[in-house]
Amino acid sequence: MKRLRFLFLAPAAVVLAATLVAPLAIVSVYSFLSRGAYGGVTEPFSLENYARLWDPLYALIFWRSLWIAAVSTAICLILGFPLALFIAAAGRRKTLYLSLVILPFWTSFLIRLYAWIFLLRDTGLINTALQALGMIREPLPMLYNEGAVILGLVYGFLPFMVLPLYATLERLDPSLIEASADLGARPFQTLFRVTLPLCAPGIWAGAILVFVPSLGTYLTSDLLGGSKTILIGNLVQNQFTSARDWPFGAAASLALMIVAAALLLAARPSGERML
Amino acid sequence: MRRSLAVYATGAYAFLHAPLLILAAFSFNTSRFTVWQGFSLRWYAALAHDRELIESAGNSLLIAFVSTACATAMGTLAGYALWKRGAAWISGSLYLSLATPEIVTGVSLLAFFQWMFRYLNLRLGMHTVILAHVGFSLAYVVVVVVARLRSFDPALEEAALDLGATEWEAFRRVTLPHLSPAIAAAAMLAFTVSIDDYVITSLVAGVDSQTLPMTIYALARRGVNPMLNAVSTIVVVLLGLMVLLSERLRRT
Repeated sequence: MKRLRFLFLAPAAVVLAATLVAPLAIVSVYSFLSRGAYGGVTEPFSLENYARLWDPLYALIFWRSLWIAAVSTAICLILGFPLALFIAAAGRRKTLYLSLVILPFWTSFLIRLYAWIFLLRDTGLINTALQALGMIREPLPMLYNEGAVILGLVYGFLPFMVLPLYATLERLDPSLIEASADLGARPFQTLFRVTLPLCAPGIWAGAILVFVPSLGTYLTSDLLGGSKTILIGNLVQNQFTSARDWPFGAAASLALMIVAAALLLAARPSGERML
Repeated sequence: MRRSLAVYATGAYAFLHAPLLILAAFSFNTSRFTVWQGFSLRWYAALAHDRELIESAGNSLLIAFVSTACATAMGTLAGYALWKRGAAWISGSLYLSLATPEIVTGVSLLAFFQWMFRYLNLRLGMHTVILAHVGFSLAYVVVVVVARLRSFDPALEEAALDLGATEWEAFRRVTLPHLSPAIAAAAMLAFTVSIDDYVITSLVAGVDSQTLPMTIYALARRGVNPMLNAVSTIVVVLLGLMVLLSERLRRT
Protein backbone atom coordinates (compact mmCIF):
# COMPACT_ATOMS: atom_id res chain seq x y z
CA MET A 1 0.00 0.00 0.00
CA LYS A 2 2.69 2.44 1.01
CA ARG A 3 4.62 1.84 -2.17
CA LEU A 4 1.62 2.36 -4.42
CA ARG A 5 0.72 5.54 -2.58
CA PHE A 6 4.25 6.82 -3.01
CA LEU A 7 4.23 6.02 -6.73
CA PHE A 8 0.87 7.74 -7.17
CA LEU A 9 1.84 10.92 -5.35
CA ALA A 10 5.45 11.25 -6.51
CA PRO A 11 4.91 12.66 -10.07
CA ALA A 12 2.48 15.35 -8.90
CA ALA A 13 4.73 16.22 -5.97
CA VAL A 14 7.76 16.61 -8.24
CA VAL A 15 5.85 18.81 -10.69
CA LEU A 16 4.44 20.98 -7.89
CA ALA A 17 7.89 21.35 -6.38
CA ALA A 18 9.39 22.35 -9.73
CA THR A 19 6.63 24.66 -10.97
CA LEU A 20 5.38 26.24 -7.77
CA VAL A 21 7.32 25.70 -4.56
CA ALA A 22 10.87 26.16 -5.89
CA PRO A 23 9.93 29.16 -8.11
CA LEU A 24 8.17 30.91 -5.22
CA ALA A 25 11.13 30.15 -2.96
CA ILE A 26 13.56 31.65 -5.47
CA VAL A 27 11.45 34.78 -5.83
CA SER A 28 11.33 35.12 -2.04
CA VAL A 29 15.13 34.97 -1.88
CA TYR A 30 15.52 37.41 -4.79
CA SER A 31 13.30 39.92 -3.05
CA PHE A 32 16.02 40.37 -0.40
CA LEU A 33 18.86 40.72 -2.93
CA SER A 34 20.03 43.70 -4.98
CA ARG A 35 19.91 44.37 -8.67
CA GLY A 36 23.04 43.38 -10.57
CA ALA A 37 24.86 45.48 -13.15
CA TYR A 38 23.35 43.69 -16.16
CA GLY A 39 19.88 43.11 -14.78
CA GLY A 40 20.73 39.99 -12.79
CA VAL A 41 20.62 39.64 -9.02
CA THR A 42 23.50 40.06 -6.64
CA GLU A 43 24.33 40.32 -2.97
CA PRO A 44 24.23 42.01 -0.47
CA PHE A 45 21.02 41.00 1.27
CA SER A 46 18.89 43.98 2.16
CA LEU A 47 15.36 45.17 2.86
CA GLU A 48 15.83 47.94 0.32
CA ASN A 49 13.26 46.50 -2.15
CA TYR A 50 10.54 46.37 0.47
CA ALA A 51 11.38 49.89 1.60
CA ARG A 52 11.00 51.08 -1.99
CA LEU A 53 7.42 49.77 -2.09
CA TRP A 54 6.56 52.66 0.26
CA ASP A 55 7.93 55.20 -2.18
CA PRO A 56 4.94 57.43 -3.14
CA LEU A 57 5.21 56.40 -6.80
CA TYR A 58 4.75 52.69 -5.99
CA ALA A 59 2.47 53.20 -2.99
CA LEU A 60 0.13 54.98 -5.41
CA ILE A 61 0.09 51.89 -7.65
CA PHE A 62 -0.81 49.72 -4.66
CA TRP A 63 -3.58 52.07 -3.56
CA ARG A 64 -4.94 52.29 -7.08
CA SER A 65 -4.99 48.48 -7.33
CA LEU A 66 -6.79 48.15 -3.99
CA TRP A 67 -9.27 50.86 -4.96
CA ILE A 68 -10.06 49.39 -8.39
CA ALA A 69 -10.44 45.89 -6.91
CA ALA A 70 -12.78 47.24 -4.20
CA VAL A 71 -14.95 49.16 -6.67
CA SER A 72 -15.13 46.14 -9.01
CA THR A 73 -16.12 43.90 -6.10
CA ALA A 74 -18.87 46.29 -5.00
CA ILE A 75 -20.27 46.52 -8.54
CA CYS A 76 -20.15 42.72 -8.91
CA LEU A 77 -22.14 42.39 -5.68
CA ILE A 78 -24.76 44.91 -6.79
CA LEU A 79 -25.10 43.30 -10.24
CA GLY A 80 -24.67 39.71 -9.07
CA PHE A 81 -27.16 39.58 -6.20
CA PRO A 82 -30.35 40.10 -8.25
CA LEU A 83 -29.04 37.68 -10.86
CA ALA A 84 -28.43 35.03 -8.18
CA LEU A 85 -31.96 35.67 -6.81
CA PHE A 86 -33.37 35.19 -10.31
CA ILE A 87 -31.51 31.90 -10.85
CA ALA A 88 -32.40 30.53 -7.40
CA ALA A 89 -36.09 31.17 -8.13
CA ALA A 90 -36.00 29.77 -11.67
CA GLY A 91 -37.22 26.26 -10.87
CA ARG A 92 -36.53 23.68 -13.55
CA ARG A 93 -34.37 25.97 -15.66
CA LYS A 94 -31.84 26.64 -12.90
CA THR A 95 -29.10 24.56 -14.53
CA LEU A 96 -29.48 26.32 -17.86
CA TYR A 97 -29.36 29.80 -16.32
CA LEU A 98 -26.41 28.83 -14.17
CA SER A 99 -24.51 27.45 -17.18
CA LEU A 100 -25.14 30.71 -19.02
CA VAL A 101 -23.33 32.51 -16.19
CA ILE A 102 -20.40 30.07 -16.14
CA LEU A 103 -19.95 29.60 -19.88
CA PRO A 104 -18.34 32.95 -20.75
CA PHE A 105 -15.94 32.45 -17.84
CA TRP A 106 -14.42 29.44 -19.59
CA THR A 107 -14.16 31.04 -23.01
CA SER A 108 -10.82 32.76 -23.46
CA PHE A 109 -10.36 35.77 -21.20
CA LEU A 110 -8.04 37.36 -23.76
CA ILE A 111 -10.67 37.20 -26.50
CA ARG A 112 -13.33 38.60 -24.19
CA LEU A 113 -11.08 41.59 -23.49
CA TYR A 114 -10.55 42.03 -27.23
CA ALA A 115 -14.35 42.05 -27.62
CA TRP A 116 -14.48 45.11 -25.35
CA ILE A 117 -11.70 46.83 -27.29
CA PHE A 118 -13.77 46.18 -30.40
CA LEU A 119 -16.78 47.87 -28.77
CA LEU A 120 -15.18 50.72 -26.86
CA ARG A 121 -12.32 52.15 -28.89
CA ASP A 122 -12.53 55.48 -30.73
CA THR A 123 -13.46 53.81 -34.01
CA GLY A 124 -15.25 50.96 -32.22
CA LEU A 125 -18.83 49.85 -32.64
CA ILE A 126 -20.39 52.07 -29.97
CA ASN A 127 -18.67 55.28 -31.10
CA THR A 128 -19.33 54.52 -34.77
CA ALA A 129 -23.00 53.86 -34.07
CA LEU A 130 -23.46 56.98 -31.94
CA GLN A 131 -21.78 59.10 -34.59
CA ALA A 132 -23.91 57.59 -37.35
CA LEU A 133 -27.01 58.43 -35.31
CA GLY A 134 -25.72 61.98 -34.92
CA MET A 135 -25.75 61.79 -31.13
CA ILE A 136 -22.09 62.70 -30.78
CA ARG A 137 -19.55 64.49 -32.98
CA GLU A 138 -16.29 63.44 -31.41
CA PRO A 139 -15.81 59.83 -30.29
CA LEU A 140 -16.26 59.31 -26.54
CA PRO A 141 -12.99 58.31 -24.85
CA MET A 142 -14.23 55.03 -23.39
CA LEU A 143 -11.06 52.96 -23.58
CA TYR A 144 -7.71 53.28 -21.77
CA ASN A 145 -8.91 54.62 -18.44
CA GLU A 146 -9.80 53.31 -14.98
CA GLY A 147 -13.46 52.92 -15.92
CA ALA A 148 -12.59 50.52 -18.74
CA VAL A 149 -10.45 48.44 -16.37
CA ILE A 150 -13.29 48.25 -13.83
CA LEU A 151 -15.70 47.27 -16.62
CA GLY A 152 -13.35 44.51 -17.76
CA LEU A 153 -12.93 43.17 -14.22
CA VAL A 154 -16.69 43.17 -13.53
CA TYR A 155 -17.32 41.45 -16.84
CA GLY A 156 -14.61 38.87 -16.17
CA PHE A 157 -15.32 38.07 -12.52
CA LEU A 158 -19.11 38.43 -12.18
CA PRO A 159 -19.48 34.60 -12.25
CA PHE A 160 -17.26 34.37 -9.14
CA MET A 161 -19.81 36.50 -7.29
CA VAL A 162 -22.95 34.87 -8.67
CA LEU A 163 -21.93 31.26 -7.90
CA PRO A 164 -21.42 31.52 -4.10
CA LEU A 165 -24.44 33.84 -3.79
CA TYR A 166 -26.57 31.32 -5.66
CA ALA A 167 -25.21 28.47 -3.51
CA THR A 168 -26.26 30.28 -0.29
CA LEU A 169 -29.66 31.31 -1.66
CA GLU A 170 -30.28 27.73 -2.75
CA ARG A 171 -29.72 26.44 0.78
CA LEU A 172 -31.86 29.15 2.35
CA ASP A 173 -34.90 27.80 4.21
CA PRO A 174 -37.94 29.09 2.25
CA SER A 175 -40.09 29.03 5.39
CA LEU A 176 -38.07 31.96 6.74
CA ILE A 177 -39.13 34.07 3.75
CA GLU A 178 -42.73 32.90 4.14
CA ALA A 179 -42.67 33.71 7.85
CA SER A 180 -41.47 37.21 7.06
CA ALA A 181 -44.31 37.69 4.56
CA ASP A 182 -46.87 36.24 6.98
CA LEU A 183 -45.76 38.70 9.61
CA GLY A 184 -46.60 41.53 7.22
CA ALA A 185 -43.29 42.44 5.59
CA ARG A 186 -43.40 43.73 2.03
CA PRO A 187 -41.20 41.90 -0.52
CA PHE A 188 -38.49 44.56 -0.38
CA GLN A 189 -38.48 44.55 3.43
CA THR A 190 -38.06 40.77 3.39
CA LEU A 191 -35.27 41.08 0.87
CA PHE A 192 -33.25 43.60 2.86
CA ARG A 193 -34.01 42.42 6.38
CA VAL A 194 -34.18 38.63 5.99
CA THR A 195 -32.68 37.35 2.74
CA LEU A 196 -29.68 39.66 2.55
CA PRO A 197 -28.43 39.15 6.14
CA LEU A 198 -28.82 35.37 5.75
CA CYS A 199 -26.66 35.54 2.63
CA ALA A 200 -23.70 37.06 4.51
CA PRO A 201 -21.45 33.97 4.11
CA GLY A 202 -22.08 33.88 0.35
CA ILE A 203 -21.48 37.61 0.03
CA TRP A 204 -18.22 37.29 1.94
CA ALA A 205 -17.04 34.34 -0.20
CA GLY A 206 -18.03 36.05 -3.46
CA ALA A 207 -16.39 39.32 -2.44
CA ILE A 208 -13.07 37.59 -1.79
CA LEU A 209 -13.27 35.50 -4.96
CA VAL A 210 -13.72 38.72 -6.97
CA PHE A 211 -11.38 40.95 -4.97
CA VAL A 212 -8.32 38.66 -5.00
CA PRO A 213 -8.05 38.07 -8.77
CA SER A 214 -8.95 41.73 -9.43
CA LEU A 215 -6.12 42.84 -7.17
CA GLY A 216 -3.65 40.60 -9.00
CA THR A 217 -4.91 41.29 -12.50
CA TYR A 218 -2.45 41.95 -15.25
CA LEU A 219 -4.13 41.41 -18.60
CA THR A 220 -7.23 43.55 -18.00
CA SER A 221 -5.30 46.64 -17.02
CA ASP A 222 -2.71 45.98 -19.71
CA LEU A 223 -5.24 45.82 -22.56
CA LEU A 224 -8.03 48.14 -21.35
CA GLY A 225 -6.14 50.49 -19.02
CA GLY A 226 -3.55 52.06 -21.25
CA SER A 227 -0.31 53.47 -19.93
CA LYS A 228 -1.93 55.55 -17.20
CA THR A 229 -3.67 52.77 -15.30
CA ILE A 230 -0.69 50.77 -14.00
CA LEU A 231 -1.66 48.19 -11.37
CA ILE A 232 0.47 45.88 -9.18
CA GLY A 233 0.34 43.11 -11.80
CA ASN A 234 1.68 45.45 -14.47
CA LEU A 235 4.38 46.71 -12.11
CA VAL A 236 5.54 43.13 -11.48
CA GLN A 237 5.53 42.25 -15.18
CA ASN A 238 7.41 45.43 -16.05
CA GLN A 239 10.13 44.85 -13.45
CA PHE A 240 10.73 41.32 -14.75
CA THR A 241 10.74 42.28 -18.43
CA SER A 242 11.67 45.76 -19.68
CA ALA A 243 12.87 47.36 -16.43
CA ARG A 244 14.90 44.24 -15.52
CA ASP A 245 14.90 44.95 -11.80
CA TRP A 246 14.10 41.43 -10.61
CA PRO A 247 14.67 41.97 -6.87
CA PHE A 248 12.19 44.84 -6.78
CA GLY A 249 9.72 42.91 -8.95
CA ALA A 250 10.12 39.97 -6.58
CA ALA A 251 9.33 42.15 -3.56
CA ALA A 252 6.21 43.50 -5.28
CA SER A 253 5.14 39.91 -6.16
CA LEU A 254 5.59 38.81 -2.59
CA ALA A 255 3.62 41.75 -1.23
CA LEU A 256 0.79 40.87 -3.65
CA MET A 257 0.98 37.17 -2.73
CA ILE A 258 0.79 37.90 0.99
CA VAL A 259 -2.33 40.05 0.65
CA ALA A 260 -3.99 37.49 -1.65
CA ALA A 261 -3.09 34.50 0.53
CA ALA A 262 -4.26 36.21 3.72
CA LEU A 263 -7.64 37.05 2.18
CA LEU A 264 -8.08 33.56 0.73
CA LEU A 265 -7.11 31.93 4.00
CA ALA A 266 -9.74 34.03 5.72
CA ALA A 267 -12.28 32.70 3.21
CA ARG A 268 -10.93 29.17 3.13
CA PRO A 269 -13.96 27.28 4.48
CA SER A 270 -16.38 28.90 2.03
CA GLY A 271 -13.79 28.80 -0.75
CA GLU A 272 -13.25 25.08 -0.39
CA ARG A 273 -16.91 24.30 -0.54
CA MET A 274 -16.95 26.06 -3.91
CA LEU A 275 -14.41 23.64 -5.27
CA MET B 1 -40.81 41.71 -8.15
CA ARG B 2 -40.55 38.48 -10.11
CA ARG B 3 -41.12 40.33 -13.38
CA SER B 4 -38.58 43.03 -12.70
CA LEU B 5 -36.05 40.35 -11.74
CA ALA B 6 -36.61 38.62 -15.08
CA VAL B 7 -36.18 41.91 -16.96
CA TYR B 8 -33.00 42.58 -15.01
CA ALA B 9 -31.66 39.07 -15.67
CA THR B 10 -32.19 39.54 -19.41
CA GLY B 11 -30.04 42.65 -19.24
CA ALA B 12 -27.38 40.89 -17.18
CA TYR B 13 -27.20 37.99 -19.65
CA ALA B 14 -26.94 40.48 -22.50
CA PHE B 15 -24.00 42.12 -20.71
CA LEU B 16 -22.30 38.72 -20.32
CA HIS B 17 -22.89 37.44 -23.85
CA ALA B 18 -23.48 40.36 -26.23
CA PRO B 19 -19.81 41.42 -26.57
CA LEU B 20 -18.77 38.01 -27.89
CA LEU B 21 -21.86 37.66 -30.10
CA ILE B 22 -21.22 41.07 -31.68
CA LEU B 23 -17.54 40.21 -32.14
CA ALA B 24 -18.54 36.99 -33.90
CA ALA B 25 -21.13 38.76 -36.08
CA PHE B 26 -18.52 41.20 -37.37
CA SER B 27 -16.19 38.36 -38.34
CA PHE B 28 -18.64 37.80 -41.25
CA ASN B 29 -18.55 41.45 -42.34
CA THR B 30 -17.37 42.30 -45.86
CA SER B 31 -15.77 45.56 -44.73
CA ARG B 32 -12.54 45.84 -42.80
CA PHE B 33 -14.11 48.67 -40.77
CA THR B 34 -16.68 48.52 -38.01
CA VAL B 35 -19.59 49.25 -40.36
CA TRP B 36 -21.79 46.41 -41.56
CA GLN B 37 -21.59 46.08 -45.35
CA GLY B 38 -22.72 42.55 -46.02
CA PHE B 39 -22.05 38.90 -45.32
CA SER B 40 -18.77 37.34 -46.37
CA LEU B 41 -16.40 34.57 -45.36
CA ARG B 42 -13.33 36.38 -46.68
CA TRP B 43 -11.68 36.78 -43.25
CA TYR B 44 -11.98 33.06 -42.62
CA ALA B 45 -10.43 32.40 -46.01
CA ALA B 46 -7.63 34.83 -45.17
CA LEU B 47 -6.84 32.86 -41.99
CA ALA B 48 -5.79 29.87 -44.05
CA HIS B 49 -2.94 31.90 -45.53
CA ASP B 50 -1.68 33.49 -42.35
CA ARG B 51 1.57 31.66 -41.48
CA GLU B 52 1.98 33.18 -38.03
CA LEU B 53 -1.54 32.30 -36.91
CA ILE B 54 -1.36 28.74 -38.22
CA GLU B 55 2.06 28.09 -36.75
CA SER B 56 1.13 29.45 -33.33
CA ALA B 57 -2.16 27.51 -33.36
CA GLY B 58 -0.12 24.36 -34.08
CA ASN B 59 2.18 25.14 -31.15
CA SER B 60 -0.78 25.76 -28.87
CA LEU B 61 -2.40 22.45 -29.81
CA LEU B 62 0.82 20.51 -29.28
CA ILE B 63 1.43 22.16 -25.90
CA ALA B 64 -2.18 21.62 -24.84
CA PHE B 65 -2.22 17.92 -25.85
CA VAL B 66 1.08 17.06 -24.16
CA SER B 67 0.47 19.05 -20.98
CA THR B 68 -3.13 17.78 -20.71
CA ALA B 69 -1.98 14.15 -21.01
CA CYS B 70 0.67 14.62 -18.30
CA ALA B 71 -1.49 16.69 -15.96
CA THR B 72 -4.46 14.32 -16.29
CA ALA B 73 -2.40 11.21 -15.53
CA MET B 74 -0.54 12.77 -12.61
CA GLY B 75 -3.58 14.56 -11.23
CA THR B 76 -5.76 11.45 -11.34
CA LEU B 77 -3.21 9.32 -9.48
CA ALA B 78 -2.55 12.07 -6.94
CA GLY B 79 -6.26 12.75 -6.44
CA TYR B 80 -6.85 9.04 -5.76
CA ALA B 81 -3.96 8.85 -3.28
CA LEU B 82 -5.12 12.02 -1.51
CA TRP B 83 -8.66 10.66 -1.28
CA LYS B 84 -7.36 7.54 0.48
CA ARG B 85 -5.32 9.53 2.95
CA GLY B 86 -4.65 13.25 2.98
CA ALA B 87 -1.19 14.76 2.59
CA ALA B 88 -1.23 18.31 3.90
CA TRP B 89 1.88 19.35 2.01
CA ILE B 90 0.42 18.40 -1.35
CA SER B 91 -3.12 19.69 -0.82
CA GLY B 92 -1.61 22.90 0.53
CA SER B 93 0.49 23.32 -2.62
CA LEU B 94 -2.51 22.62 -4.84
CA TYR B 95 -4.53 25.26 -3.01
CA LEU B 96 -1.60 27.67 -3.29
CA SER B 97 -1.37 27.02 -7.03
CA LEU B 98 -5.03 28.02 -7.48
CA ALA B 99 -4.62 31.06 -5.22
CA THR B 100 -1.42 32.53 -6.67
CA PRO B 101 -2.04 35.40 -9.10
CA GLU B 102 -1.11 34.31 -12.64
CA ILE B 103 1.44 37.08 -13.07
CA VAL B 104 3.26 35.97 -9.90
CA THR B 105 3.30 32.33 -11.07
CA GLY B 106 4.66 33.54 -14.41
CA VAL B 107 7.52 35.69 -13.12
CA SER B 108 8.56 33.12 -10.51
CA LEU B 109 8.69 30.39 -13.16
CA LEU B 110 10.79 32.71 -15.31
CA ALA B 111 13.17 33.38 -12.41
CA PHE B 112 13.36 29.67 -11.59
CA PHE B 113 14.05 28.59 -15.19
CA GLN B 114 16.74 31.24 -15.64
CA TRP B 115 18.37 30.10 -12.41
CA MET B 116 18.32 26.45 -13.56
CA PHE B 117 19.84 27.45 -16.91
CA ARG B 118 22.99 28.53 -15.09
CA TYR B 119 23.60 24.83 -14.45
CA LEU B 120 21.90 23.28 -17.48
CA ASN B 121 22.62 24.00 -21.10
CA LEU B 122 19.00 24.86 -22.02
CA ARG B 123 16.94 27.81 -23.12
CA LEU B 124 13.30 28.87 -22.84
CA GLY B 125 11.16 27.00 -25.36
CA MET B 126 8.43 24.42 -25.82
CA HIS B 127 9.67 22.34 -22.87
CA THR B 128 9.47 25.21 -20.37
CA VAL B 129 5.99 26.15 -21.62
CA ILE B 130 4.79 22.54 -21.34
CA LEU B 131 6.23 22.15 -17.83
CA ALA B 132 4.55 25.38 -16.73
CA HIS B 133 1.22 24.26 -18.21
CA VAL B 134 1.38 20.85 -16.50
CA GLY B 135 2.03 22.71 -13.24
CA PHE B 136 -0.90 25.10 -13.37
CA SER B 137 -3.47 22.62 -14.76
CA LEU B 138 -2.66 19.91 -12.20
CA ALA B 139 -4.80 21.48 -9.47
CA TYR B 140 -7.87 21.61 -11.74
CA VAL B 141 -7.56 17.89 -12.49
CA VAL B 142 -7.20 16.93 -8.82
CA VAL B 143 -10.22 19.05 -7.83
CA VAL B 144 -12.46 17.37 -10.42
CA VAL B 145 -11.24 13.84 -9.67
CA VAL B 146 -11.53 14.19 -5.89
CA ALA B 147 -15.04 15.61 -6.25
CA ARG B 148 -16.05 12.48 -8.16
CA LEU B 149 -14.39 10.15 -5.63
CA ARG B 150 -16.54 11.63 -2.85
CA SER B 151 -19.49 9.77 -4.37
CA PHE B 152 -17.54 6.49 -4.61
CA ASP B 153 -18.16 3.81 -1.99
CA PRO B 154 -14.77 2.56 -0.67
CA ALA B 155 -16.44 -0.78 0.19
CA LEU B 156 -16.39 -1.64 -3.52
CA GLU B 157 -12.62 -1.51 -3.53
CA GLU B 158 -12.39 -3.44 -0.27
CA ALA B 159 -14.58 -6.16 -1.80
CA ALA B 160 -12.15 -6.45 -4.72
CA LEU B 161 -9.25 -6.79 -2.29
CA ASP B 162 -11.11 -9.45 -0.27
CA LEU B 163 -11.69 -11.37 -3.48
CA GLY B 164 -7.96 -11.52 -4.04
CA ALA B 165 -7.18 -8.49 -6.22
CA THR B 166 -3.94 -6.62 -5.61
CA GLU B 167 -4.10 -2.92 -4.70
CA TRP B 168 -3.20 -2.00 -8.26
CA GLU B 169 -5.81 -4.36 -9.77
CA ALA B 170 -8.49 -2.97 -7.45
CA PHE B 171 -7.63 0.56 -8.56
CA ARG B 172 -7.35 -0.37 -12.22
CA ARG B 173 -10.45 -2.57 -12.52
CA VAL B 174 -12.85 -1.08 -9.96
CA THR B 175 -12.07 2.53 -9.11
CA LEU B 176 -10.72 3.76 -12.44
CA PRO B 177 -13.80 2.75 -14.49
CA HIS B 178 -15.98 4.64 -12.00
CA LEU B 179 -13.73 7.68 -12.41
CA SER B 180 -13.59 7.70 -16.20
CA PRO B 181 -16.23 10.42 -16.86
CA ALA B 182 -14.53 12.67 -14.28
CA ILE B 183 -11.13 12.02 -15.86
CA ALA B 184 -12.47 12.96 -19.27
CA ALA B 185 -14.01 16.13 -17.81
CA ALA B 186 -10.77 16.96 -16.00
CA ALA B 187 -8.77 16.49 -19.20
CA MET B 188 -11.02 18.86 -21.12
CA LEU B 189 -10.73 21.42 -18.35
CA ALA B 190 -6.94 21.12 -18.37
CA PHE B 191 -6.96 21.45 -22.16
CA THR B 192 -9.07 24.62 -21.94
CA VAL B 193 -6.88 26.34 -19.36
CA SER B 194 -3.77 25.37 -21.31
CA ILE B 195 -4.87 26.51 -24.74
CA ASP B 196 -6.20 29.75 -23.30
CA ASP B 197 -3.28 30.88 -21.16
CA TYR B 198 -1.46 34.05 -22.12
CA VAL B 199 0.06 35.59 -18.98
CA ILE B 200 2.25 32.68 -17.81
CA THR B 201 3.02 31.40 -21.31
CA SER B 202 4.27 34.74 -22.61
CA LEU B 203 6.81 34.88 -19.78
CA VAL B 204 8.25 31.38 -20.17
CA ALA B 205 8.03 31.02 -23.98
CA GLY B 206 11.09 31.10 -26.20
CA VAL B 207 11.54 32.04 -29.84
CA ASP B 208 10.25 28.68 -31.11
CA SER B 209 7.19 28.50 -28.91
CA GLN B 210 4.87 31.37 -29.77
CA THR B 211 1.32 30.25 -28.90
CA LEU B 212 -2.04 31.28 -30.34
CA PRO B 213 -2.93 33.55 -27.38
CA MET B 214 0.42 35.31 -27.87
CA THR B 215 -0.42 35.97 -31.52
CA ILE B 216 -3.94 37.10 -30.59
CA TYR B 217 -2.50 39.43 -27.95
CA ALA B 218 -0.06 40.98 -30.42
CA LEU B 219 -2.86 41.52 -32.97
CA ALA B 220 -5.23 42.96 -30.34
CA ARG B 221 -2.51 45.38 -29.26
CA ARG B 222 -2.15 46.62 -32.82
CA GLY B 223 -5.87 47.39 -32.98
CA VAL B 224 -9.03 45.91 -34.40
CA ASN B 225 -8.66 43.44 -37.23
CA PRO B 226 -11.51 41.41 -38.78
CA MET B 227 -9.24 38.38 -39.10
CA LEU B 228 -8.83 38.50 -35.34
CA ASN B 229 -12.62 38.44 -35.03
CA ALA B 230 -12.63 35.29 -37.16
CA VAL B 231 -9.96 33.51 -35.08
CA SER B 232 -11.71 34.55 -31.89
CA THR B 233 -15.02 33.16 -33.14
CA ILE B 234 -13.46 29.80 -33.96
CA VAL B 235 -11.67 29.58 -30.59
CA VAL B 236 -14.74 30.63 -28.58
CA VAL B 237 -17.04 28.15 -30.35
CA LEU B 238 -14.61 25.23 -29.94
CA LEU B 239 -13.84 26.02 -26.29
CA GLY B 240 -17.53 26.56 -25.55
CA LEU B 241 -18.45 23.14 -26.95
CA MET B 242 -15.66 21.54 -24.98
CA VAL B 243 -16.76 23.15 -21.71
CA LEU B 244 -20.38 22.11 -22.24
CA LEU B 245 -19.28 18.54 -22.89
CA SER B 246 -17.02 18.60 -19.83
CA GLU B 247 -19.85 19.90 -17.60
CA ARG B 248 -22.14 17.14 -18.87
CA LEU B 249 -19.53 14.46 -18.13
CA ARG B 250 -18.93 15.85 -14.66
CA ARG B 251 -22.60 15.41 -13.82
CA THR B 252 -23.07 11.85 -15.06
